[in-house]
Amino acid sequence: MTRNRHLLGWLEAAPLAVILLGFLIAPIVMIVIVSFWGATEFSIYPDFQFENYAFLFSSPVTYKVFGATFKYAFITWAFTLSIGFTVAYFLAFHIRSQTVQIALFLVCTIPFWTSNIIRMISWIPFLGRNGIANQTLISWGVIDEPLEWLLYSDFSVILAFVHLYTLFMVVPIFNTMMRIDKSLLEAARDNGASGLQTLLHVILPLTKPGIMIGTIFVVTLVMGDFITVRFMSGSQRANVGRLISNDIGLLQYPSASATAVVLLCTVLIMIAILLRFVNIRKEL
Amino acid sequence: MAKPKVGYSRRSLLKAGGAAVAATAFPAPMLWAQDTKNIVLRQFGTGVSNLNDVANKVKEDLGFTLEMTALDSDSVTQRAATQPDSFDIADIEYWICKKVWPTGNLQAMDTSKIANYDKIVGIFRSGKLTPESVIAQGTAPHTVGFVDGPGGTSFADSETGWMTLIPTIYNADTLGIRPDLIGRPIESWTELLNPEFKGKASILDISSIGIMDMAMVCEAMGEVAYADKGNMTREEIDKTIAIFTEAKKAGQFRAFWKTFDESVNLMASGEVVIQSMWSPAITAVKSRGIECVYQPLKEGYRSWGGGIGLSSSLSGMELDAAYEYINWYLSGWVGGYLMRQGYYSAVPETSKEFMTENEWGYWFEGKEATDVITSPTGDKLAAAGDVRDGGSFYERMGHVACWNAVMDENQYMVRKWNEFIAA
Repeated sequence: MTRNRHLLGWLEAAPLAVILLGFLIAPIVMIVIVSFWGATEFSIYPDFQFENYAFLFSSPVTYKVFGATFKYAFITWAFTLSIGFTVAYFLAFHIRSQTVQIALFLVCTIPFWTSNIIRMISWIPFLGRNGIANQTLISWGVIDEPLEWLLYSDFSVILAFVHLYTLFMVVPIFNTMMRIDKSLLEAARDNGASGLQTLLHVILPLTKPGIMIGTIFVVTLVMGDFITVRFMSGSQRANVGRLISNDIGLLQYPSASATAVVLLCTVLIMIAILLRFVNIRKEL
Repeated sequence: MAKPKVGYSRRSLLKAGGAAVAATAFPAPMLWAQDTKNIVLRQFGTGVSNLNDVANKVKEDLGFTLEMTALDSDSVTQRAATQPDSFDIADIEYWICKKVWPTGNLQAMDTSKIANYDKIVGIFRSGKLTPESVIAQGTAPHTVGFVDGPGGTSFADSETGWMTLIPTIYNADTLGIRPDLIGRPIESWTELLNPEFKGKASILDISSIGIMDMAMVCEAMGEVAYADKGNMTREEIDKTIAIFTEAKKAGQFRAFWKTFDESVNLMASGEVVIQSMWSPAITAVKSRGIECVYQPLKEGYRSWGGGIGLSSSLSGMELDAAYEYINWYLSGWVGGYLMRQGYYSAVPETSKEFMTENEWGYWFEGKEATDVITSPTGDKLAAAGDVRDGGSFYERMGHVACWNAVMDENQYMVRKWNEFIAA
């Protein structure tokens, strides 16, 4: 009987294990292997060399580009967190009726009905030199000359990131906020806590797991992105994703793999650090 | 080379009463109509010549199906080099051929099966446009156009009867400008880095072509003297990239573009007033009713050429069909179509029959248009009295300073290019 139970357990775990093995572990192992291979102009050949990593770590471009990637990730994180937290707070604590709550939550998801590339590109004519933003500001008399930095700059890259990824912050935070026992808030008030004190000492600690999940989403999405940076900076800025995509375009798979491995390790380390702060599993 | 059996031989077909087969204008083998209907040839290449109109016309004239895939230059190279079974016909540029040919994924073509071979422009055969021409720097098409035999892996330096690519399309590239926003004549490549156009210039982010445009600029400025712009030394690459990195940091560039559409949008929206550009992009801007000029410059043009290569896995009936397609390609209709967009055909004289006298005069001979010039899709490109930027075919192709190329130091150049983009 016990043996059957064991067998059943293994069988139940098998489909997921097979999927993870085939679609997650195997490709990563492959990438790690290829990162030690050599490449010529048009082909790659099996080898075991550290040249790809040596070049990567010796090139100042690598550090600059990783720096830019961290910068994008951090700024985007700060904005998506503050916007996401505010929106979630409003939805969870200010809207009393559950119907309205659900309706407003669905409203938040409307932008996701179109592809994120389209949402991103639609910023370009808006922010351009002769775009709606500049024309409006000029007609209001706020500025005399079109603002050049609106488009093809760090500003436009981060704007697009924030626009694209804020919902990934809203959803998990909203979810944890909804599970906060309302009597805790009453207790805080009964004990004389101000609104701000309740927010800082009751709501914030209790929503940490949601914030953490949102943070993981946003950070990994931004760090792995290449297309947003390419389009919104007019190809003038680079992040790690673009480095990889350039290498792939030029058939330098081993060097692309090496960069990918370093990026993967960096992101894993960051997530490991984040998880030290909050036990997500407790809350799921 | 052993051909796989395709059901029945051509001989048995003829015996079976294929009298119609005799009615061929080409020396290439004609195929039995019932079979060709089922043939599908998969062609891929850059957007410039992968046109659905061509596929439709092939179906109509030849009976078989041509599936087109359009990709950017990098992806084209990648696919030709790594996925030989994913295509039958590669529509690639000559510098890509230099990169891809050593992989053995393409097969040489027998020029005796090409009906119009003798009429192909000299650039692709001897390398000389006219007997007096000087061959430009870079990967000139004839240097990678021939191999010694059907299995040849290294390029021959003269016509051997075995061609790597059958030339189909080529042009002389220069800078595109918005004359309405610049308001003064532009004559030199140096203008790309002129501080007057700070924040309004652009260059293309395809390293192998971008570096050539950079070299044209640096040479015109007198900053760098190149032995061969198509094959730079590390030192030359460093100097070139350094000049442009400085300009980038000073805010000279609005953006870099990678695809045709991006270049059109940058120009049409007025974000950019001077940039590297391709001729159909100029056409696309003009057809929106916006002034745009493909400005001839005194230092000359950066030229490129494309051609059709056959996958080495192509054989039997499909191979025959591919030859038939190539012969059809050179027979004029496509040439006329491409020339009416501003490109040149490898066999201009056959294209003449598919163009009006006015079109031929405007596009090829550099004469004043006698009537409205429209694109193949019907957009108005020029009015009566207009003259093509740069003049006649011989005027334009005779002033090529450099061909698109792939350098010996390519990998080094690519790394420097990445630094430039990240700077």
